[in-house]
Amino acid sequence: MIKEERHVLVIFPHPDDEAFGVSGTISTYIEMGVPVTYACLTLGEMGRNLGNPPFANRETLPLIRKKELLQAAASMGLSDLRMMGLRDKTIEFEDDEKMVKLVEDLINDTNPSLVISFYPGLSVHPDHDATARAVVRAIRRMPVADRPSLYTIAFANNTLEILGEPDIIHNVEAVADKKIATLNSHASQTVWMMRDMEKRLAENDADALKWLHTERFYTYDWNNDFE
Amino acid sequence: MQPVQPNHLQELLNSFANKDVYIHLETTNGAYAGHFKEGFFNAGAFIRNVVVNYELGKVAGDSPHRIGLKLPYGWIYAQGITHYTVDEKDRLLMAGLDPEGKLAVSLEISETPFTY
Repeated sequence: MIKEERHVLVIFPHPDDEAFGVSGTISTYIEMGVPVTYACLTLGEMGRNLGNPPFANRETLPLIRKKELLQAAASMGLSDLRMMGLRDKTIEFEDDEKMVKLVEDLINDTNPSLVISFYPGLSVHPDHDATARAVVRAIRRMPVADRPSLYTIAFANNTLEILGEPDIIHNVEAVADKKIATLNSHASQTVWMMRDMEKRLAENDADALKWLHTERFYTYDWNNDFE
Repeated sequence: MQPVQPNHLQELLNSFANKDVYIHLETTNGAYAGHFKEGFFNAGAFIRNVVVNYELGKVAGDSPHRIGLKLPYGWIYAQGITHYTVDEKDRLLMAGLDPEGKLAVSLEISETPFTY
């Protein structure tokens, strides 16, 4: 079961961050009539996949990824997509207070009952961890009674040792088609992976189906704060 | 972008010499290199929209090529360049793509600033 919410605010740094582990959840909330806002901090300007022969160059990649992000939002049925204009791979070098303020403004504007982002320090990419730090700090500054819940994604190799198993498990099988459409929307990033994945799904590969149908989150534990 | 034609790229480098130009230079293994290969020493560098005025630019070596720019008081170089193009804004975009099409290095030269 996916719990009813007043408003869900999703904050990630890169187009496609939402696709892998959250797009089924986003699509489900939207089908439930829960408003969802997705704030995407960059356009993935520094992505490495350009193809060989190349389909893009360093300067055209952000334009391609912006189109892909818009298509992904449409695939999820998401109408409130906010592109925040930062540059890929620079989030951790921005002023920390500016980043907290960015999150505070989003929270003040959308009044979410749930925020979804990464887990600080266990999210591998420096942009993921920097985004997560800003999200945690912004919510921590709120009075306890006013804080939205915070669901986090963690996928560093040592996640299980540090956090154990995720406590929130969403079955998103009912919106699997939308999730696949979202993944395929980000073709510049996913085309190679999806070629293999769609073959495995067609063969009813158990791991692939579990990957597609299950989204897992750690509720952020304020008694076990990262700092 | 197309595979480097050294003579043509040399002409393009010549055309930007002795002018104030904006530079983008980047090397990368990707942010996930250490995640997929534990213990991988991930290093890279990035600089964008720094203005220089080079007196000599050269294409060297067989593909992947090396590109060097001699400055009045220093140097810029990139190695591993495989592809290039001149885009609609007359910017010279060069990149080194590995066999999977992943960018490993990029050097770009423009008379106008690159976006943010």
